[in-house]
Amino acid sequence: MEGYLPIGWCIFWAVLSAPFVIYGIWKMTKMIQEDRRVLPLMAVCGAFVFVLSALKIPSVTGSCSHPTGTGLSASFFGPFITSVLGTIVLLFQALLLAHGGLTTLGANVFSMAIAGPFIAWLVFVGLRKTGKVGIGLAVFISAAVANLVTYTVTSLQLALVFPVEGSILTAFIAFAGIFAVTQIPLAVIEGIICGLVAKYIVRVKPEILKKLGIIQDEEIAKIQGEAA
Amino acid sequence: MKKAHLEILVGILVIVLLVFATLAFVQSGSGEEEGWGGADGGAAEMIDETGYTPWFESIWAPPSGEIESLFFCLQAAIGAIIIGYFFGYWNASAKARRGKKEEE
Repeated sequence: MEGYLPIGWCIFWAVLSAPFVIYGIWKMTKMIQEDRRVLPLMAVCGAFVFVLSALKIPSVTGSCSHPTGTGLSASFFGPFITSVLGTIVLLFQALLLAHGGLTTLGANVFSMAIAGPFIAWLVFVGLRKTGKVGIGLAVFISAAVANLVTYTVTSLQLALVFPVEGSILTAFIAFAGIFAVTQIPLAVIEGIICGLVAKYIVRVKPEILKKLGIIQDEEIAKIQGEAA
Repeated sequence: MKKAHLEILVGILVIVLLVFATLAFVQSGSGEEEGWGGADGGAAEMIDETGYTPWFESIWAPPSGEIESLFFCLQAAIGAIIIGYFFGYWNASAKARRGKKEEE
């Protein structure tokens, strides 16, 4: 979508996104300095964004789109660190694949690396606060939400620039028809993968998640019991 | 079968079914036109219809579809090797820890 946003909007979204990413970099550095043991989990979460956003999957609308993969990282590390990981992937795709784009980087960072993860993180924390939702299900929902919110925001960003017959709402519905509907099955697929991975990590390396305050001993024992 | 393994199996089955059911039941592309294009291409088309012309071209674009898929594969491979490395490492150290506990 290189060049599809007028320059004013490119600057607007870039300026809006920059503070999130900068704060994310600061937070990431601080977290790693405090305890280097979080680094592998951070790398794995970033790697998931890499893998999932490279896979173009066919969907019900007859077109292909790709998951975002940001849900796992958003659930474990929150939206700011996720925004850094997402920006790395978007840069890779803009420079090497002509996918996304440098002028639209700010807008893409906002939708995929900030808005999606932010809402997903709120949903994850909210679900976990109730104490009734297991980590697998919570990550499943959070990852699906991250995916859907990303493309809803993309639709909104495009509708703001290209209203149909002077109506932003009509344009939003049209763009959402292309993006959001395509994303529904992909959101489910992404949710399943992230949910299963989250439980796998609890089984083999619960210490880091416990330190991040995401899970307590009781639930760890329960999940590990399922594999014994 | 252990519950954890069953869960993974069902998860993978649902994903495979979703993708293949889509390919089997949804028609895409008519006659000469190739189906299953990218959704972002669909949005770009919609914008082109309004008469807007993009003001900036990609600095560098992959010269062919093959080279584009090379970079997509590379992206997935980089991610996959990191995930595989740590999953294997964590799995083995968890096993070693359990083994030690049983010895005691």
